[in-house]
Amino acid sequence: MAKKIRILIGKPGLDGHDRGAKYIARALKDAGYEVVYTGIRQSPEAIARTAVQEDVDFVGLSLLSGAHNELFPEVIRQLKQEKADDIIVFGGGVIPDDDIPGLTAAGIEAVFTPGTPIKDVIAFIEANRERVESK
Amino acid sequence: MSLARNIIQGDIRAIARAMTWIENEHEAKEQLIDEIFPDCGRATVWGITGPPGAGKSTLTDQLITRERRQGRKVGIIAVDPSSPFSGGAILGDRLRMQQHATDDGVFIRSMASRGHLGGVAGSTGDAVKVLDAAGFDTIIVETIGVGQTEIEVMGMADIVLLVLVPGLGDEIQALKAGVMEIGDLFVINKADRDDAGKIKAEVEYVLGLKYAENMAAKNPVLMVSALTGQGIDDLHHSLYSYLNLIRSSGTLEQRRRDRLAGELRTIAAAKIEALVHYHLDFEDRLDSWVEMLYSRKESPYGLMNGRIESLIKELTDK
Ligand SMILES: Nc1nc2c(ncn2[C@@H]2O[C@H](COP(=O)(O)OP(=O)(O)OP(=O)(O)O)[C@@H](O)[C@H]2O)c(=O)[nH]1
Ligand SMILES: [Mg+2]
Repeated sequence: MAKKIRILIGKPGLDGHDRGAKYIARALKDAGYEVVYTGIRQSPEAIARTAVQEDVDFVGLSLLSGAHNELFPEVIRQLKQEKADDIIVFGGGVIPDDDIPGLTAAGIEAVFTPGTPIKDVIAFIEANRERVESK
Repeated sequence: MSLARNIIQGDIRAIARAMTWIENEHEAKEQLIDEIFPDCGRATVWGITGPPGAGKSTLTDQLITRERRQGRKVGIIAVDPSSPFSGGAILGDRLRMQQHATDDGVFIRSMASRGHLGGVAGSTGDAVKVLDAAGFDTIIVETIGVGQTEIEVMGMADIVLLVLVPGLGDEIQALKAGVMEIGDLFVINKADRDDAGKIKAEVEYVLGLKYAENMAAKNPVLMVSALTGQGIDDLHHSLYSYLNLIRSSGTLEQRRRDRLAGELRTIAAAKIEALVHYHLDFEDRLDSWVEMLYSRKESPYGLMNGRIESLIKELTDK
């Protein structure tokens, strides 16, 4: 049987708007993935520990508050600490183009800004299918 | 080191990975379960079931807090339905339990039902074993929001809490039937709402009919608000009293034996089905068999009985 891809959608930081996160969670469900949704205001530590317990293949971080330059790399750091740096992390939200190279360097493998069609996110996941199936 | 040994030592990544293996029917799954089996049987397993949105997850969150206060390690398996269309799922139960996400004494795993009927996933029973072997004292299984027919958790848990809420309308008729059969403790949640008392009265009435001859055996009915915490301490206390009761009466031991029997039945049925399929070359021959039936050259029972008889003969002659 083919492995089911599991994805955690997490919202670090203090903003309380989860419409975007819920939209992506639903779209990924409709694309056939199992999506763990943890709700708003999650600490990077809570997100990393949840990712480990849920044994997800991807973590998608959604953030509107502008603290992505601090919080996204902190999630990566926490995952490393949990020895879970094989989990692929991507991010989305209101993120200025200038910030993307820094986030990429920190280990965020893809950044989706508002208006990105959902099929691009799915294409990114599918492009990594072999990688997650081989682990 | 083996995955089984790491599980028994409580390694979180090993526990999580084992559950993935179990869910995906990994080829090493059976060996893994057999390796941890000697270390299973110590945990107490609670099932939490009830209609969609009744507050099962919120209640689980409250009960985790009570268990942690008393120093017990808690493992949670929360099941949500898979979409029959896409096969995907949104696993949102743990959203209500995230205050425990960074507590080392709590392990929460979300599972999609993956087409399994019965309110849990086909792999939930084995996932419980992993948590049991890893040393969790209490294991809570939250089912998908169910009606009274999806009650597989009863065969999996030592004690089952049925969560009911006001405002279910017509469903109460079905649930009344359910109350007759499902659950050890009846929890009326959302007691912060006006109409909760009415549900309690209805449940008490149904139980009164069921236990008319033996009122002492009547199950506890508790009013709580998982949102405010009202009544949760009492519920927790009743839960342990009930556990003591079924432990001293021998019911608990009988349930655990029944559970093992059920597991063996399930394994045997699946193995025999796979074996027969394989030896009959079922999938490959199916089309030609259908033709024989379609043209009325064969009848269904005659055809299958004949094939199975010759298979048994073939196997015993070997
Ligand atoms: N007023 C009130 N609302 C509650 C109470 N308990 C839970 N809720 C709310 O009811 C809704 C559903 O709660 P959950 O805990 O997710 O219910 P559930 O039974 O786990 O839901 P499913 O897993 O989807 O079947 C949420 O909005 C909760 O905040 C309560 O005691 N009082
Ligand atoms: Mg729930």
